[in-house]
Amino acid sequence: MTGEPLPVTVIGGYLGAGKTTMVNHLLRNAGGRRLAVLVNEFGELPIDEDLIEAEGDNLISIAGGCVCCSFGSDLTAALIQMAQMDPRPDHVVIESSGVAIPGAILLTVSLIDGFRPDGTVVLADAPQLRRAAVDPYIGDTILRQLRDANIVLMNKSDLLGETELEALDLWLADTAPQAARIPSIRGAVAIEAVLGLGAEPLASSAGGHADKLFDSIVLRPAAPVDCEALAARIAEGPYGVVRAKGYLRDRQGGVRLIHVAGNRWEVTPGPDDARPGLVCIGLREGFDGSALVALADSA
Amino acid sequence: MPATTIYSAQKIITMNPSRPVATHVAVRDGRILGAGTLEELETWGDYTLDDRFKDKILMPGMVEGHAHTMEGTLWRNVYLGYFDRMDPDGKVWSGVKTIEAVLERLKEAEAQITDPEAPLPGWQLDPIYLNNVRVTRQQLDSVSSTRPIGIMHASGHILNVNTKALELAGLMKTGLNHPGIPLGPDGYPTGELKGPEVMTPVGPHVGYERALTDCDEQGLRDFGKLCVRTGVTTITDLAARLTDDSVSMMLRVTGEKTYPACVVPLRFFLGLAPKDLVAEVVRLKGMSTERLSLGRIKVVADGSIQGFSARLRWPGYHNGAENGLWYVAPEQLSEIYHLALEAGVQVHTHTNGDQATELAIDTLGPALLKHPRRDHRFTLQHCQLADAAQFRRMKELGMCVNLFANHHFYWGDEHYKLTVGPDRATRMNACRTALDTGVPMAIHSDAPVTPLGPLFTAWGAVTRRTASGRVQGEEERITVAEALWAVTLGAAYTLHMDGEVGSIETGKRADFAVLEQDPTEVEPEALKDIPVWGTVQGGRVFAAADL
Ligand SMILES: [Zn+2]
Repeated sequence: MTGEPLPVTVIGGYLGAGKTTMVNHLLRNAGGRRLAVLVNEFGELPIDEDLIEAEGDNLISIAGGCVCCSFGSDLTAALIQMAQMDPRPDHVVIESSGVAIPGAILLTVSLIDGFRPDGTVVLADAPQLRRAAVDPYIGDTILRQLRDANIVLMNKSDLLGETELEALDLWLADTAPQAARIPSIRGAVAIEAVLGLGAEPLASSAGGHADKLFDSIVLRPAAPVDCEALAARIAEGPYGVVRAKGYLRDRQGGVRLIHVAGNRWEVTPGPDDARPGLVCIGLREGFDGSALVALADSA
Repeated sequence: MPATTIYSAQKIITMNPSRPVATHVAVRDGRILGAGTLEELETWGDYTLDDRFKDKILMPGMVEGHAHTMEGTLWRNVYLGYFDRMDPDGKVWSGVKTIEAVLERLKEAEAQITDPEAPLPGWQLDPIYLNNVRVTRQQLDSVSSTRPIGIMHASGHILNVNTKALELAGLMKTGLNHPGIPLGPDGYPTGELKGPEVMTPVGPHVGYERALTDCDEQGLRDFGKLCVRTGVTTITDLAARLTDDSVSMMLRVTGEKTYPACVVPLRFFLGLAPKDLVAEVVRLKGMSTERLSLGRIKVVADGSIQGFSARLRWPGYHNGAENGLWYVAPEQLSEIYHLALEAGVQVHTHTNGDQATELAIDTLGPALLKHPRRDHRFTLQHCQLADAAQFRRMKELGMCVNLFANHHFYWGDEHYKLTVGPDRATRMNACRTALDTGVPMAIHSDAPVTPLGPLFTAWGAVTRRTASGRVQGEEERITVAEALWAVTLGAAYTLHMDGEVGSIETGKRADFAVLEQDPTEVEPEALKDIPVWGTVQGGRVFAAADL
């Protein structure tokens, strides 16, 4: 077992938003990453049949080393079981139930040694969202889910016209100002946006349609920086960054590993021999690469 | 010809409207041959007259429509509740009234355990009654620093643990950032763990296994003893996971010749897709025996009112707390209702808040239009905040209700002051309105949340007294006769078992509660204090004193 904590992403959102479709998309486009998917719905493992390699008790193995299992009420045990698998997964994805509050799940993850809470991605059923958000029964649940999101996927965005999508984007900016917002179709989103950047960020591909949607840049500031301040600014500032990951030299000395997921950021010590460089990725529209370069140089 | 026994009694309250009172009851093959006078019953032929109950009062064996068998398992842990409570062996544990007394009782229990690493679990702590003083990790360390200690609160949603337990769970560190884990001035957790998501990582280390609502073999036997001591002969286990192992264990234990109750476990809805859930419950139904009745579903729609996790309609919580949580999505509830109606499977739905109740009603209406099924008896469990209009709609749809009458006593004052405020606290568990509206009604303890004891529950519905002694909602009180009906035929009706149990009349199972006093003659305020001699279940006599 390696010393690196295992990153965990929670995928939330109400019923029908497309969580399951997106999980299948991630499995299809894992790009060599071994994913472990934990499902807390009604016990049905929602994996497309052609992906399934073998089925066991509550556990499905998927070509390419990925697995899927349902965890019922016992997330902790399921996570520990995942971490002990051989080969060890590279990333854990938790698909939460439609009424769950994803932030609460991520907080639980933060209590378990050996895992790194990577962020919450909340799917919204773009055409239905505004109506669902005022539903007397589930409206407040949906709003709570959105306010917990580091990244909101406006899924089924193709079913909206351009002005409708813009209006929804504005409404989300107001309702969940903390979250990065990405439109998607049938859950087909750049894997980097959901799972973070892989070990070889520049070689990995967003795939098809999503490619044109995203832009990225590698920051290599000349001098050591205040890594925490930089991470916070990237996460909270107006640079259009959805995800950032990489190593930079810190002004205090040493190397830091920086993770950004929407508004969430984390800075941890990194190995001295790590190659410096912070990859930032965001929607092409609104992505401000030159401002990021300036920010890094002044941080 | 099989043997007939005729029991004489000081009085037999039959709950049979054609013959409400009798002096004798004849039993053959575990069933009631008839109730009446000795002369009438002699006409059945040879018999043995049994006079052991001649000074006792017999009433139908009581039916607890909402309890959990885990009560039996919990009694192996240290009882730390505020109120006196009887254990399966009949010992009455005095309530602990101060934190010092809590620690004292833990120390006594600790001294009995030889294995220095064995966990020490306690249960039923209720800080509401201890001026909300919290137990700290350091205090529990004074009981033991070598063995993990965990105290479950009465709410079931908070656990207090010692340093050893935190260490074992990997939580004895600084830098934790979780609303469910308060930190002390030293930056370490205080040892209080709030909410299931922070309790589950620690629970197994302190003797609280993950599947908390499941009982084990000894727990089920001990649960049976509690039934005898409280006059209960039919009892639900309202949220059972019913794995293959637990079903075979329950079949084995309830199948023992001396098991004194009929257990009715409802399959908890989580873990299976609705269509698989319904199919599984149909399969389980076929495995039923005379003392294990399977084949019903339990859905949980929302949380609890005192935990502020119940779903309330406007104006929400009295103290301004955010609305509670859904444990089922409306679409999922609808799918379960549709499929269950189609398959003829009954669903009991936990709805504490009035919005959860509204959702269940809103969901069942359209499902019934699609799958008309007379006599479905879908039951709302707790349904504590329903208003009159909701009861009218429940009546229209043929729903039943099982109201939480014990809540008035245990948390009524809190509901009045804190959770829902005076007006709605007054209408909580509106038994009078339910009966006047014609909604078939039961009342329950939700043991182990409150102690098992239908006579106490009946007392709660009759008096509506809170722990501070106030009568809360006098207009919603019901009569003793109505309350006794609710804990017998009323509860049996919600389980489709009113044709088999719940009254003393020809053809029914010979299930009696044997009482030392007449519940219809004592002062209503004394209902809860009537001593229970024991029970007769399926014609088998169980004396509490001989357990
Ligand atoms: Zn219950």
